[in-house]
Amino acid sequence: MEIKSMHFKSRASAKLADVGLQHNLKKAKGKFVDKRRDAIADFCAQGGDFEALREAGKDLRNRVLADLDLWLEKFEANATARGATVLWAKDGAEACRLIVDIARKHGVKKATKSKSMLSEEAGLNQALEAAGIQPVETDLGEYILQINDNEPPSHIIAPVVHKSKEEIADLFARVHKKPRKTDIPEMTREAREVLREHFLSADMGISGGNFLVAETGSVALVTNEGNGRMVTTVPKVHVVITGIEKVIPTLEDLSLMLRLLIRSATGQHISNYVSVLTGTKGAADLDGPEHMYFVLVDNGRANLLAGEFNAMLRCIRCGACMNHCPVYQTIGGHAYGWVYPGPMGSVLTPLYTGMENALELPHAATLCNQCGVVCPVKIPLPELLRTLREKQVETNLQPLGERLALKAWAWVAARPALYALGTRFAVRYLNWLAGGRASIQVLGAAPGWTAGRDFPAPQGKTFREMYAARKRK
Amino acid sequence: MNDSRDLILGRIRERLGRSAANAPTAGAAVDAALAAHSASPRPPPDVDLVAAFRTRSEALSSTVDEVAVLADVPRAVAAYLAEHKIDPRAVCVPEIKGLDWRGAGIEVEARAAVDHDLVGITGCFRAIAETGTLMLCTAPATPATVSLLPETHIAVVAAPTILASMEEAWAAARAEFGQLPRAVNFISGPSRTGDIEQTIVLGAHGPYRVHVIVVRAA
Repeated sequence: MEIKSMHFKSRASAKLADVGLQHNLKKAKGKFVDKRRDAIADFCAQGGDFEALREAGKDLRNRVLADLDLWLEKFEANATARGATVLWAKDGAEACRLIVDIARKHGVKKATKSKSMLSEEAGLNQALEAAGIQPVETDLGEYILQINDNEPPSHIIAPVVHKSKEEIADLFARVHKKPRKTDIPEMTREAREVLREHFLSADMGISGGNFLVAETGSVALVTNEGNGRMVTTVPKVHVVITGIEKVIPTLEDLSLMLRLLIRSATGQHISNYVSVLTGTKGAADLDGPEHMYFVLVDNGRANLLAGEFNAMLRCIRCGACMNHCPVYQTIGGHAYGWVYPGPMGSVLTPLYTGMENALELPHAATLCNQCGVVCPVKIPLPELLRTLREKQVETNLQPLGERLALKAWAWVAARPALYALGTRFAVRYLNWLAGGRASIQVLGAAPGWTAGRDFPAPQGKTFREMYAARKRK
Repeated sequence: MNDSRDLILGRIRERLGRSAANAPTAGAAVDAALAAHSASPRPPPDVDLVAAFRTRSEALSSTVDEVAVLADVPRAVAAYLAEHKIDPRAVCVPEIKGLDWRGAGIEVEARAAVDHDLVGITGCFRAIAETGTLMLCTAPATPATVSLLPETHIAVVAAPTILASMEEAWAAARAEFGQLPRAVNFISGPSRTGDIEQTIVLGAHGPYRVHVIVVRAA
């Protein structure tokens, strides 16, 4: 996917000014937060301990990452023993090449897809189209985006959270060439009928993978719509595209991760469908794919192992961090400019696409730690964002003006007499600006800062002056 | 297998500091973890598994009926179909084709489902009380499409197969099959979507209705 993260500031400003988007975001805002909270309360009422679960989830993911090579080899051996083919891709481009080759080998004309964020990283749909293979997104949200001229998703589990029913009704009427409907169940049925045709006529199904189970060589898929089941049951070929970090040891571990993931993502106790898929159809089976492929993608993941960003590889893509983020809630997902929005996206985008491509993202946070508190695998997101900010300074990636300003400040701060004079002058200037009020409405030097808030006026003199006065008494 | 395999695994080993010296210990720990199947913290099991399963299934928008013995199932299915004004015609998994469907006035074909099948009847390998979930495993006698393509899915669940949690169900699968079936599908209510304005709609791509018939006798 094309990276637009370097334009974060201007994109965020545009999103703030978009009245329709602001309305849609406000409408969605509390729903995810409330549902997650209620689900966890229910779990505790059932006698469960969600905090103990988070701790266990964190430990499990850490253990896997510490021996990732061995777990991947186990997974590969067990998947292969059940008739699946395991392929490896160092980046998105290689993943696309491998999947196009698989499609060509099996004479595939149409591929139905269940949601995969990694396929967005890789730009898989564009690669398939260029090879003359029709990709059809089948998650309702992803389908809506695809028929809207391949619009990117704005949320990792609710891709069209930024769109209103009215906008989708217009789109359906235009693309499906049927009378415009605004009743959501009727709209859903219309999409179901269109997609049913695709499910039945596709030669290949492409899915992501919520987890890879090393013990059995299986992929676990979590969906509500049933599209994940469709694309992995009906076509003769099933391709799984997923990241190398998604492996977990056993089926028991899967049960733990499901309890965490689903409550954190949608606030359900369990999703409608959890499918654990292993190998190809047996000779006497009446349905199921004849060929199964895994494409395990690195695309920057291995480089994070055992380093200061290792914790980010624990991520299970639930979206709780963005649902609870005041910045995400205000600007939506598109402003972030790549596949992953919100706090996890602000960490992953610079790490996967290059620090210089996403300079502003580590700053697109108030560091309030709402994300850290809700993360099911306890990723210290604010800490990682701070580390990224430090890296920017260390590698001189900050804008020249900011670097010079900080240098100037450091120079003054190292000279106490000059510093005292400077602050005395600044306090008097700000008091004059406030004109006796407690706050300043428009700050001359930074009018943008006061566009949405007031600047508190200094109360009285500087600290040093007051301290000196007290000592004299 | 391709070139990138060695490249990626090499990168991982380098980052992790893997060496000939630490590989055997780490490998033994991996094997031990696989053998242990240790379970993580989870809620205590419900006292009455059947009642808990029933309550949680209904909370997921499934409907639940109970009958005394397996032979009562066809009549219960007929009553459900009549109540919902659905034609008494269904596809069923071969596993349960032996019941007296004709006697209850239902025309049943045992095979994999196709697009125009409106009702699919399945058994159920195990059910899970913790979440109100059905666990269906594929085999020649239990094709996956029967619980997926039709608008109505009816599942027959033997009460003794209702277990406390998914962990017990995995143990049962290991004991019964040795290796995992091609597809293990956990089904929790009718298919749904909340993609348009976070409004929950039942019947996305799979069934609109899931009806569970619990058979009390062992």
